[in-house]
Amino acid sequence: MVKYLVKRIVLAIVTIWAVATLTFFLMNAVPGGPFLSEKAISPQATAALEAKYGLDKPLIQQYFTYIGDALHGDFGDSLKQRGRTVADIIGMKFPVSAKVGGISVLVALIIGSLLGCIAAINRGKVMDSIVSVVSTLGIAVPSFVLCTFLLFIFGVKLKWLPTMGLSTPAHYIMPVIALAFYPTAYIMRLMRSSMLDVLGQDYMRTAKAKGLSGKAQLFKHALRNAILPVVTYVGPMLAYTITGSFVVEKIFVIPGLGGEFIGAIQGRDYTLIMGTTIFLAVLIIVMNVIVDIVYKIIDPRINLK
Amino acid sequence: MTKNPLSAHIRLNPEDFAPASDAQKASQVVMRESVSFWKDGFRRLMRNKVAVVSAIVIILIMIFAFIVPLFYPYKYEVQYKNANNLKPFTYSAEEQARIDAGEKVFPHVFGTDKMGRDYAIRVMVGTRISLLVGIVATAIILVIGSLYGSIAAFFGGWVDIIMMRIVDIIYTIPDILLIVLLSFALKAPLNNLAATPGFTWINKVGPNLISIFIVFALLYWVGMARMVRSQILTLKESEYVTAARALGVGRGKIIKKHLLTNCIGTLIVTTTLQIPSSIFTESFLSFLGMGVAVPLPSLGSLASDAINGIGTNPHLLFIPAIVICLVILSFNLLGDGLRDAFDPKLKD
Amino acid sequence: MDEKYLVDIQHERLSFFTPAGEVKALSDVSIHLKEGEVLGIVGESGSGKSVTAYSLMGLTAYPGRIIGGTLQFNDHQVETMTEKEMRKIRGNEVSIIFQDPMTSLNPVYTVGNQIVEVIRLHTGKTKAEAKARAKELLELVGINEPEKRLKQYPHELSGGMRQRVMIAIALACEPKLLIADEPTTALDVTIQAQILELMMELKEKLGMAIIMITHDLGVVASICDNIAVMYAGKIVEYGTTDQIFYEPKHMYTKGLIRSIPHIDAKEHERLIPIEGSPVDLLNPPPGCPFAPRCEACMQICLREMPPVTQFEGNHITQCWLNQKEEFEKGEYNE
Repeated sequence: MVKYLVKRIVLAIVTIWAVATLTFFLMNAVPGGPFLSEKAISPQATAALEAKYGLDKPLIQQYFTYIGDALHGDFGDSLKQRGRTVADIIGMKFPVSAKVGGISVLVALIIGSLLGCIAAINRGKVMDSIVSVVSTLGIAVPSFVLCTFLLFIFGVKLKWLPTMGLSTPAHYIMPVIALAFYPTAYIMRLMRSSMLDVLGQDYMRTAKAKGLSGKAQLFKHALRNAILPVVTYVGPMLAYTITGSFVVEKIFVIPGLGGEFIGAIQGRDYTLIMGTTIFLAVLIIVMNVIVDIVYKIIDPRINLK
Repeated sequence: MTKNPLSAHIRLNPEDFAPASDAQKASQVVMRESVSFWKDGFRRLMRNKVAVVSAIVIILIMIFAFIVPLFYPYKYEVQYKNANNLKPFTYSAEEQARIDAGEKVFPHVFGTDKMGRDYAIRVMVGTRISLLVGIVATAIILVIGSLYGSIAAFFGGWVDIIMMRIVDIIYTIPDILLIVLLSFALKAPLNNLAATPGFTWINKVGPNLISIFIVFALLYWVGMARMVRSQILTLKESEYVTAARALGVGRGKIIKKHLLTNCIGTLIVTTTLQIPSSIFTESFLSFLGMGVAVPLPSLGSLASDAINGIGTNPHLLFIPAIVICLVILSFNLLGDGLRDAFDPKLKD
Repeated sequence: MDEKYLVDIQHERLSFFTPAGEVKALSDVSIHLKEGEVLGIVGESGSGKSVTAYSLMGLTAYPGRIIGGTLQFNDHQVETMTEKEMRKIRGNEVSIIFQDPMTSLNPVYTVGNQIVEVIRLHTGKTKAEAKARAKELLELVGINEPEKRLKQYPHELSGGMRQRVMIAIALACEPKLLIADEPTTALDVTIQAQILELMMELKEKLGMAIIMITHDLGVVASICDNIAVMYAGKIVEYGTTDQIFYEPKHMYTKGLIRSIPHIDAKEHERLIPIEGSPVDLLNPPPGCPFAPRCEACMQICLREMPPVTQFEGNHITQCWLNQKEEFEKGEYNE
């Protein structure tokens, strides 16, 4: 267990380093500095600004300075939003994204597993067909298509739901549906097929032969085995939710980290791009390690070596 | 000894107790016809109505994307004068005048966009771009992934361990984050490259398209590589390959006969399912304004452009959106059908 | 005949209603056994031996259904019982050991958990009592260090050990009948003998009846009182172990016996396999199902199902060959 953890953490650190390095050099490959678009600034002023942020130094030196600072938790100042550090911006915007994303993940896990189970138990019946259709459609509809449809129907035409911001609970409905739809559909499919697989296993026959009731067979013996593939999907789902939030936050005008990231790329705000990418990558990678450990707890067969 | 009461109904003759011939015995056994893997799989596929319909839809969409534009009277990049924001099947003042003069004018089936371009042709060309991205990107992924995976599997040992560690790292990198960055970073170098002689073809294809291909090629092959490697490893260990080796079958023949035929089903399925996911990602990037460049349309950028006019011209949004869903849905369903038909492990 | 049977199945018919059509898994199966008796059911895969046993426990898998006959077990009329009533006797009055101990235990729960579960379900024992009983059971089935084993997961045990655990679960509530569905097939030969020995020992101790399902005549020979030979959903021959082994009447039984290796076989003697493969139960032939593979097949065999012929005791068979003599004596057509 300890050995496995060490190995996982080393791999995670290497991955984070790879992400940071890649991002750093990619960013610097993009032509045009952060100050080019501001026409009013004179070449002298630009040079002064570049000197202030260390952009005049050789790339390699900038790189080591950056990595060194990042290790101390210092991601620098935003190049565009003067006077604010990257950490400030992330600290302010991330909770907004996390709230929407967290609710979506929970909704997807609960509704997805529940409907997937119900479909598997009622195999071949109406409920199963409904779930199949919904899940097939769900994984074929890109989030931006769903967002715009929702926006048009409930926001523009029916005017039932607010379309911008997050000020009331009703504001959450559309973004959460838009963000949770794909993972819900995916989990439904996953849960259905894994439940069907489990229901056909010999140990389920043993459980029935013991005289257990249908409920006890299902909740005690089937569920814990069937949920395993869903647990492995939690990592990719988090990554999906984070990237999905780029679109959702753009369409529903949510002041979250996704919108900030897209804005930073378009404005070539190097430090903010770096900071956001590394922050999100660390988040996803750490969550993946946690998911692996949870998996080990649920499934005693997996020997974490 | 007791007699069975039922037998009272049967009148028996001495001939009844004469021995039966082998031919007579054989006629009692209905043997199920044995068919080859491909024929069997194809037959199953044809029985799967959903998959057949999906295949037909894909063919129809391809005809619309690749063939119809050749004969279509409008061009995707031409802005027709005073024809901005026309509703479907309406005409601009000039066109109306020509119709009144007895000329035949081809209708704007889907209307025009805010710059006066015929929307039907734009959707067709957009579909073409999306399909191209999906298919070419998948082809690149297929080649890199299967080469990498099979090299790792065949060499084994240290080579395998190092190669798979690299895969692990790329796999845990949050892909869309990097895709966004990469597609942004690659634009400029490609534009520079296109300006140098010998590389002018890049402009024909479009630097953005190429950067998308590179991005996909760099990041998305890992899944394919893992799959191919594990397939080959399982097959290498499998008893029938050991049996073939024990019988003295040559290496080349084992690869051709056993490994390939057993891998190819899974490979076809994974490829078919990779196409919609590539289209999905491309449309996502285009929607965020990081895909193909104007005036070239893709389904994602069409939808993205239409979003501001959602109140007045919702059809401009819905048409490309529905086409995207239709393309992804058909490929997904066809992929599922192929898996059911060709994956030998699922054979009942 | 007046004696009370623990199990009495009469003319059971059972079919699986698949999309491809009705698969007649059992057609007219009758078996019975008394308390403390051991009955062996022998036949190849798909002959219906497991289906018969499962239907007695109400474990028939979807889309199978009993469509005729009566099944009586320990004063219960099984075919009319509801699922809820059935649950009370499963694992309690009748329990079962499955073929593959590797897959028959739930991988995510400890051995102790899975034994305690069945004890607490059918008895009013507290957790501590059930645990003590579980430990006792593991000792009973010959597992050392029971305290430690209770806390282990199935994948940490060997195949033979897991089958012992399965037996412990089956015997937890001291059932009247134990169904053993090929309990030794998936095990190593040496372990096979140990498990069979253990079962016989426990039978002596606890006095339950056993239905032993197997395709291995060697297994039934040593432990069974009676043997039913099944072929294509029918009992083609039924009798005491001696009758089946020394006076087999059905060509299929004879074939089975000839295909057992003998320790005292002469050097050049070869095993004689039964040629051909079983019939398709989706489209069963009109006559005897074994006819296409039978070396003594006659014209009538292809056309009509043979009637039951009874010999001394309960020894019965369904084969036209045994009616031939009768016919030649002129008892038919009168």
